[in-house]
Amino acid sequence: MSRSTVLAADYFQSYSVVGLLAVVGVLFVAVAFGAGRLLRPVVPTPEKLLTYECGVDPVGEGWAHTQVRYYVYAFLYVIFAVDSIFLFPWATIFAAPGYGATTLVEMFIFLGFLAVGLLYAWKKGVLEWT
Amino acid sequence: MNDVLDVALRLIAVFAVFLVLPLVVGQAEHKVMAHMQGRLGPMHAGGFHGWAQLVADGVKFAQKEDVVPADADRRIFQLAPAVALLPYLLVLVAIPIGPGRGAVGQTVDAGVFFVLAVLGVGVLGSLMAGWASANKFSLLGGLRTAAQLLAYELPMLLAVASVAMAAGTVSIPGILHAFEWWWLPWQIVGALVFFVAGLAELQRPPFDMPVADSEIIFGAYTEYTGLRFALFLLAEYVGIVVLCALTTVLFLGGWHGPYGADGLGWVWTLLKVAVLAFVVIWLRVSYPRLREDQLQRLAWTVLIPLALAQIALTGIVKVAIN
Repeated sequence: MSRSTVLAADYFQSYSVVGLLAVVGVLFVAVAFGAGRLLRPVVPTPEKLLTYECGVDPVGEGWAHTQVRYYVYAFLYVIFAVDSIFLFPWATIFAAPGYGATTLVEMFIFLGFLAVGLLYAWKKGVLEWT
Repeated sequence: MNDVLDVALRLIAVFAVFLVLPLVVGQAEHKVMAHMQGRLGPMHAGGFHGWAQLVADGVKFAQKEDVVPADADRRIFQLAPAVALLPYLLVLVAIPIGPGRGAVGQTVDAGVFFVLAVLGVGVLGSLMAGWASANKFSLLGGLRTAAQLLAYELPMLLAVASVAMAAGTVSIPGILHAFEWWWLPWQIVGALVFFVAGLAELQRPPFDMPVADSEIIFGAYTEYTGLRFALFLLAEYVGIVVLCALTTVLFLGGWHGPYGADGLGWVWTLLKVAVLAFVVIWLRVSYPRLREDQLQRLAWTVLIPLALAQIALTGIVKVAIN
């Protein structure tokens, strides 16, 4: 077998164990819920099934309109997180023989971009809640 | 056949850790919090210092009626606890407690990547619960959870990237094998950033505004009862174990320590995890809750710049010593 075939086999082997564990987890939850169904009392009343609102009857509906104040953070987060993912493949080789100083400069350019983006957001007042 | 047995034993071991360690942490929290506040904590259940308190709690939870509010989105509401809990089980499989191949559930090649990706899924459980409850308090709690996700995820990612750079690999056993004692001072800033961001992910004090019981009842979990509520609580405590274990293996050298390579490695790992778990409990007792916007400010103006500085430092040192 070639080296890449062996690597691929290892890869699938390790993730199949992870998959098996996921099955174990799903079984655990299913058994717990099933056993719970057998053990617990079921005595529903209309009052019990009412949405909890400090003891008074609920006003309006639960899916109320709310002001989502941090949606700008969400944009920032998506931009930065997508950028940062690229750090990982780079991190494994940047100090390997033949790289060194050049990749380090590249890293500072990358960090510079992130820092400038953050400073810009800060200057714009995006990082303030109100 | 031996392979099958081997895999089965590993799965059982991981599952046992998943069920037992969170209870140990939970019981420790009862007792440590109590003594810090000049109380005794549970003393009755089981006889000796209330050791069986959480078992009794579990029995109680299993007997409680399972109430799904009439207005709730039924299926999503019922599934949410499982989504919150299971990712932590999957993360445990990739965390090594000793140097050998036998001391890890399963070596996952891109371990660091796998761990970060799967950890992020757990938060979906809280979001599902918050939305599906059709309750105003739950919705507020769910939205706060979402806000929190945006705040801690990036610093966490950057701090881990720094360790991956130092070790030159994204495999967790690989990182541990490359570990030297002087990484401790070298990566200390990254470690603090990771730990603080992890606390925010777990919604533990001082970052517990999504469940702030004095203002929004219990956030996303307000409408939950019985077993499903217990699973959310279990998720929180497995989360503590996972966060402390990850901080240990990524930043504190995991099994490294006197005689660590000669069979005592697992003792060191567990000891470090226990100390970190104690710190998590300690913080709960001693710090007031932050506001949601204060967490955002902390994350974007302190944690992320610190993490970027740590990456720069790691890069310079690493290239300099090569």
